[in-house]
Amino acid sequence: MLDLILFYFFATLAIVSAVLVVTRRNAVHSAIFLITALLATAGIFLQLQAEFVFIVQIILYVGGIMVLFVFVIMLVNLDVTLRQMQFNRGWLVGLVLAVALGAQLAYALFLGRNVQLTGPAGGELSAQNTEQVGQVLFQNYLLPFEIASILLLVAMIGAVVMAKKRI
Amino acid sequence: MNALVEFFRPHLLPLLYAVVIVAVLPLIAGYIVLLERKIMADMQARLGPMRVGPHGLLQPIADAVKLLIKEDIIPENADRWIFWLAPLLSVTAGMLALAAFPFGPAFQIADLNIGLLFILGISSMGIFGIVLGGWASNSHYSLLGALRSAAQLVSYETAAGMAVVGGLLLAGTLSTRRIVEMQAEQGTWFIFLAPIAFFTYLVASIAETNRAPFDLPEAESELVAGYMTEYSGFRWALYFLAEYTNMVVVASVATTLFLGGWLRPFPGTTWLNFLDYTPPLLMLLLAGYCFYRTPRQPVKVQQGFLAAVGLLCLLLAVILALPLLPLAVGGIEAQSLRPAIHGGFWFLFKVFAYMYVFMWLRFTFPRYRFDQLMKLGWHFLIPVSIVNVMGIGVALVLDREAGWPLWQALVLTTLLTLAVAAYLAVVGERKDSAAVGGAERSA
Repeated sequence: MLDLILFYFFATLAIVSAVLVVTRRNAVHSAIFLITALLATAGIFLQLQAEFVFIVQIILYVGGIMVLFVFVIMLVNLDVTLRQMQFNRGWLVGLVLAVALGAQLAYALFLGRNVQLTGPAGGELSAQNTEQVGQVLFQNYLLPFEIASILLLVAMIGAVVMAKKRI
Repeated sequence: MNALVEFFRPHLLPLLYAVVIVAVLPLIAGYIVLLERKIMADMQARLGPMRVGPHGLLQPIADAVKLLIKEDIIPENADRWIFWLAPLLSVTAGMLALAAFPFGPAFQIADLNIGLLFILGISSMGIFGIVLGGWASNSHYSLLGALRSAAQLVSYETAAGMAVVGGLLLAGTLSTRRIVEMQAEQGTWFIFLAPIAFFTYLVASIAETNRAPFDLPEAESELVAGYMTEYSGFRWALYFLAEYTNMVVVASVATTLFLGGWLRPFPGTTWLNFLDYTPPLLMLLLAGYCFYRTPRQPVKVQQGFLAAVGLLCLLLAVILALPLLPLAVGGIEAQSLRPAIHGGFWFLFKVFAYMYVFMWLRFTFPRYRFDQLMKLGWHFLIPVSIVNVMGIGVALVLDREAGWPLWQALVLTTLLTLAVAAYLAVVGERKDSAAVGGAERSA
């Protein structure tokens, strides 16, 4: 019962703030609602007893990426954009994509309508959550993990090269 | 209703602890401010606050009342909601992080298995309070202070995180309670096994709490009061509370991870058992000092107050001494309570000692320039802490695979890391002087 209440609380919070992210005109307000949406998602992770993913979500997305977002937004002159009309006409593409995604989700729900959920994967797993993530990441999926790391490194070096005139 | 009571029954004790922490923390923060002013006064050869209460002991209460009844000003063009929300965010993040610390073997709100990560993650959210508050004030000083703060925190969080990883490798667990227990098993604090990680964390934590010599976000000679410029009254007090809560949080992280948490110094050495007598003796000493000063107070009320403080110290001394006596009440051995009672004392003692170092550095060092701050973070602290993490990893492998004694391997890698640090320092110095020389030549 409590689980259900919590789930609907986090889910509603996530959806409402996600909608507010795109509807607010003020970019800082959007960023704040994006933070709320990310935190609500983290709450759902916690409810699934994926504690490690919960805290990584907070450290990386909320504490890292969003700080940089807010940092950049604050450097931009917001008053100008607030008074301007929206000039890009991307809403048609957006609508098509949204409908496609909604259809996919609806189909997935339709397929899974008879599946009995067994709940989160049990208490024994959560006791060693971090260790298990580590083992899976560094043993079973070592190569994909390293490839992803190299990719990020390349992106980082690329950004530095582009930003700096003289290295 | 019954279901609700049943639901809360197993959580009663943690709830009680949470209420105690939230209720007591503002008071403690107030007294840390008094302590800081007294220490500053001592270092500058003056008396500090002396008027309100004996030796200024009631000054924090007076300050709090003053702040509460001050006029609450919101600037005309401020973003009201965010202006209102920002200080709350800062305080909440700091207080939430305190939930995972074991203040003693029996005093902990929640023993999370992601303990230390939880603390780091939640306390890193406090920066939004600073950044949003600075932006919402709609003032240049505030915005610049907020930007500096954000840049500083993001840079130094990496170094602090790496330093923490160094300690975690030795502990092999993230749970704060297990970390302390591991130090008890090893018989030594991790500061002796990973000194470089500790000192990196010390420097990074000063920068993270925006304190001098890294207090550029609120450098009064440049930015008035930084992100807090437009805040007044109670909201300002909340920012202040958040700052001191963050100090307590970083001090508690250092205490738990490097200074042995609730353990007494040298927990494994039996011939040092006499150290168990220090807590009651220290309290006795304090009580004695209070009684000694009582007749010298100018006013009757102050004499009474100081005597009461002395009696309180005496009471604490008795409580701390009880577990050392061979007593048994109702079948409970008094000595079995010693870890619980003395644990709290040692934890707080270490937290305050760590904060004393903060204050000491604050009154000793001049403020850094912003580019110096960034250089120190990115060119020195982060490389050194990364090398240190790798060194500790290698030492652990040597210990487990090659059968070296752990301390030998650690001493070796610590020396190597120190060599790297010295190299970095020399190269940085040379680069600096070359840049200055080049500029002079071109000019």
